Amino acid sequence: MTTNSIDARHIRKTYGDLVAVDDVSFQVRSGECFGILGPNGAGKTSIIRMIYGFSPMTGGELMVFGLDGRKNMRAIKARIGVCQQENSVDPDLTVRQNLEVFARYFDIPRAVAEERTRKLLHFMALDHRLDARAIDLSGGLMRRLIIARALINEPELLILDEPTTGLDPQSRHQVWSRLEELRASGLSILLTTHYMDEAARLCDRLMIMDHGRIIVEGEPAELIKNHIGHDIIEVDEPSAELRAYIRARNWRHEDLGHRLIIYVEEGNQMFHEISGVCGKEGCLMRPATLEDVFLKLTGRDLRE
Amino acid sequence: MKAPFDLTWRFWRVWQRNLAVYRESWQINFAPPLLEPFLYLLAFGVGFSSMVGPIQYEGRQLSYVSFIAPALIAINIMNNAFFETTYASFVRMYYQKTFDALMATPLTVEEVITGEIVWGATKTVIATVIMMAVVSLFGLIDYPSGLLLIPLAFLGGLAFGAIGMYFTGIVKTIELFNLPVFLFVTPMFLFSGTFFPVENLPAWAQALAFILPLTHLVNLCRALSWGIYHSSLLWECLYLIIFCLIFFPLAIRKMRRRLLK
Repeated sequence: MTTNSIDARHIRKTYGDLVAVDDVSFQVRSGECFGILGPNGAGKTSIIRMIYGFSPMTGGELMVFGLDGRKNMRAIKARIGVCQQENSVDPDLTVRQNLEVFARYFDIPRAVAEERTRKLLHFMALDHRLDARAIDLSGGLMRRLIIARALINEPELLILDEPTTGLDPQSRHQVWSRLEELRASGLSILLTTHYMDEAARLCDRLMIMDHGRIIVEGEPAELIKNHIGHDIIEVDEPSAELRAYIRARNWRHEDLGHRLIIYVEEGNQMFHEISGVCGKEGCLMRPATLEDVFLKLTGRDLRE
Repeated sequence: MKAPFDLTWRFWRVWQRNLAVYRESWQINFAPPLLEPFLYLLAFGVGFSSMVGPIQYEGRQLSYVSFIAPALIAINIMNNAFFETTYASFVRMYYQKTFDALMATPLTVEEVITGEIVWGATKTVIATVIMMAVVSLFGLIDYPSGLLLIPLAFLGGLAFGAIGMYFTGIVKTIELFNLPVFLFVTPMFLFSGTFFPVENLPAWAQALAFILPLTHLVNLCRALSWGIYHSSLLWECLYLIIFCLIFFPLAIRKMRRRLLK
């Protein structure tokens, strides 16, 4: 029997009256990349903090590698790598020192630490900045340093809390391809993100949360198929005529006022009909994405 | 639900981390303990002594400079430890997120905080040794008894480091450290028998002074600098040890509440 990397059962976290995580159960299987998506305040970071022991659970049961998080946190932390949302590098130390100092927290012998530092900094394409002070690094390099640092103990599970927030497209793609390599090597990954393209690309499975609860869980492609369909037609500034036309046919759609979003199964025929009514200008058909699922399920209201 | 107090030798890793950072900028770290005593001894020795003249203290006649030199060492111990576990620790915790990174490794909060306090005491010892070298140039420390100032600096460093960390556990912003500095450190700096004997104070103020840890540290520094021992020194030591034993667990408790949410 292979144990799951993470087995969370009915976990809860409350801060006074605020329920941050409300009876959430999920599993991260060994070797998969699992994503937690949700608007700000959905409870993503609270869940992650419970996994690495920053937040005592209010209720439920959390097993990591089959070990009880309440009793074996030190043993669990020895086997995971964590990239927190905020940069936590040692600004006064060099890139190389950051990893070597970090290795000591895991009791990694010096020679092994030096060897791993060299390999990891090469892997994260930081070898040209070995002796730069961490404070002088750009945002993208800093992120890569933090990911390299999280791998120093050769973890079995990598926890990434919004790993590419604030990075330029080049850095994001760099990080993504490294994470894909890691996943291919058999590392389990737990990821939170606001970027749906990131989740769709990296995650084998994911769950979308809101208000501390799970709304849906599944494979990205399957979620898109089940909740949206195949394609989306977007119409800018729809006319009253078009609205009536769509309502008459009972097509699934969302009316945002200045924009109409129509969910379609068989795209081409419908697109012809719609563009026949409103003209091709301002009418666009595109494949459905995870972002459509996310917005449909969590709504379009601003959260903060 | 309360987790057990989880402290192992691993706190040493946090100490090592702080030493690694200290070594990166040792030139800057060495400067204050090297220069400060010069300034003080110059100001009080040349400028002030001519107005005060030799003074009587515990039946001995001595120069004002030799009266205050050990007190300057005690103040240095207090300041080094207190400022390390308040401002410096707060920067590591709040701005650099160092504690977050540390606690995501096999280290516990107890170990992080212990490492910080023991590091603060170590930095205090380094500063004290540098300062002793300067003060010794003026012939103001009696050896070998003066060597005992080194372990004393460690004990004092733990005491002031522990209470500093306690404040770090409760202040909301870094500006709020002004309060303990203004209400705790500055009064001690002035009224703990540092620049004039505690006996010169009115009785109620004397009683107050004896509650303050710096008073006892000053007495110990004088005795060791001058090589005069009496049995009351053991009580002064005991006071500092008890002070540690109270504020060290309190600091850990406050930091746990602050960090584990």
